[in-house]
Amino acid sequence: MPGPTRRRALSSAAALAAAAGAGTLLAPGARAATRPHEPEHRHGAPESFDEVYHGRRIQGRPATGSGHHHEHGGGYAVFVDGVPLHLMRNADGTWISVVTHYDPVPTPLAAARAAVDELRGAALLPFPAN
Amino acid sequence: MTVRKNQAALTADEKRRFTGAVLELKRSGRYDAFVRTHNAFIMADTDTGARTGHRSPSFLPWHRRFLLDFERALQSVDPSVALPYWDWSTDRTVRAALWAPDFLGGTGRASDGRVMDGPFAAAAGEWPVSVRVDGRTFLRRSLGAGVRELPTRAEVESVLSIRTYDMPPYNSASDGFRNHLEGWRGVNLHNRVHVWVGGQMATGVSPNDPVFWLHHAFVDKLWAEWRRRHPDAGYVPTGGTPDVVDLDETMKPWNDVRPADLLDHTAFYTFDDE
Repeated sequence: MPGPTRRRALSSAAALAAAAGAGTLLAPGARAATRPHEPEHRHGAPESFDEVYHGRRIQGRPATGSGHHHEHGGGYAVFVDGVPLHLMRNADGTWISVVTHYDPVPTPLAAARAAVDELRGAALLPFPAN
Repeated sequence: MTVRKNQAALTADEKRRFTGAVLELKRSGRYDAFVRTHNAFIMADTDTGARTGHRSPSFLPWHRRFLLDFERALQSVDPSVALPYWDWSTDRTVRAALWAPDFLGGTGRASDGRVMDGPFAAAAGEWPVSVRVDGRTFLRRSLGAGVRELPTRAEVESVLSIRTYDMPPYNSASDGFRNHLEGWRGVNLHNRVHVWVGGQMATGVSPNDPVFWLHHAFVDKLWAEWRRRHPDAGYVPTGGTPDVVDLDETMKPWNDVRPADLLDHTAFYTFDDE
């Protein structure tokens, strides 16, 4: 990404809005599926999302059931093209995933988009890693 | 006694022996066990639950022991090898000798991040990325892309000046030296370096890049420097803390070593400047 660092860009509501509005980056039909605003941080889990970002379907939703085993997503599950992305919520409300583990972003949607950026089209493997 | 040297001071022969031992661990399958262990801890350590390897006071002793295991594995291949450290506050550009083809190789190409030179380039055929979170089997880097600047020496000094080792709630929200060094709070040292390197180093399977060990050897050295500066400040907490490794509690996955056993690095190795 040109200009500021990805961390700063993803921390910036303006950058997020710009990315969401960049229709050329999204697959046809993606705009309709994209929420107009980031789910806001609140005390409970963030809202669900479902969009196509850079040609990849990313979905997020509050996790139901026990959801233990290897997942510690703070009660929230994210998928990239249907494959679960290991997600974690930090104490300050920020989020990281296993593919951008050292770079917190504000929301699960931002973490999913960062994962798509990092994957550059590669398939995500189900966790735990083989 | 093992002496850990600044990577910038290594001779050509020392570089060749280090990379040769790393490649042999890879060939034998022993290397990937380290990657697997690290990823298991990074996925399991949480701010609100049990935490051992990361985002907790035991971040530093856990990695000290993890590096000792790796260094001993290297020495079982070549007894002359010690882990070098990368002082990223000094050797802070892509032109550092660290990234030359006779050592770790350079950054990845623009199209897919693939490292194209050095002993760990996929084309050399000796470095398959097997423990991974996505389909790509080649080592990747994007030096300086995820974040522009490595930490400066002044930023390192500001963190070394923090007198308290760690503070409640003993996680990524903590104030104190450990969390500032780890980077979840403040100027961000350790985390930022992972992001600066990019590729696998920015993921849970970061030990897939051999620079992982050189980065953590310097983080470990900064802990030693902090102890020298603050001889009256010790590891905390010292007892009775749920989900957190207290001073005299054993650490997973070894279960036979405590932070208290790892505070004094000179029992295991020394650094080239001491």
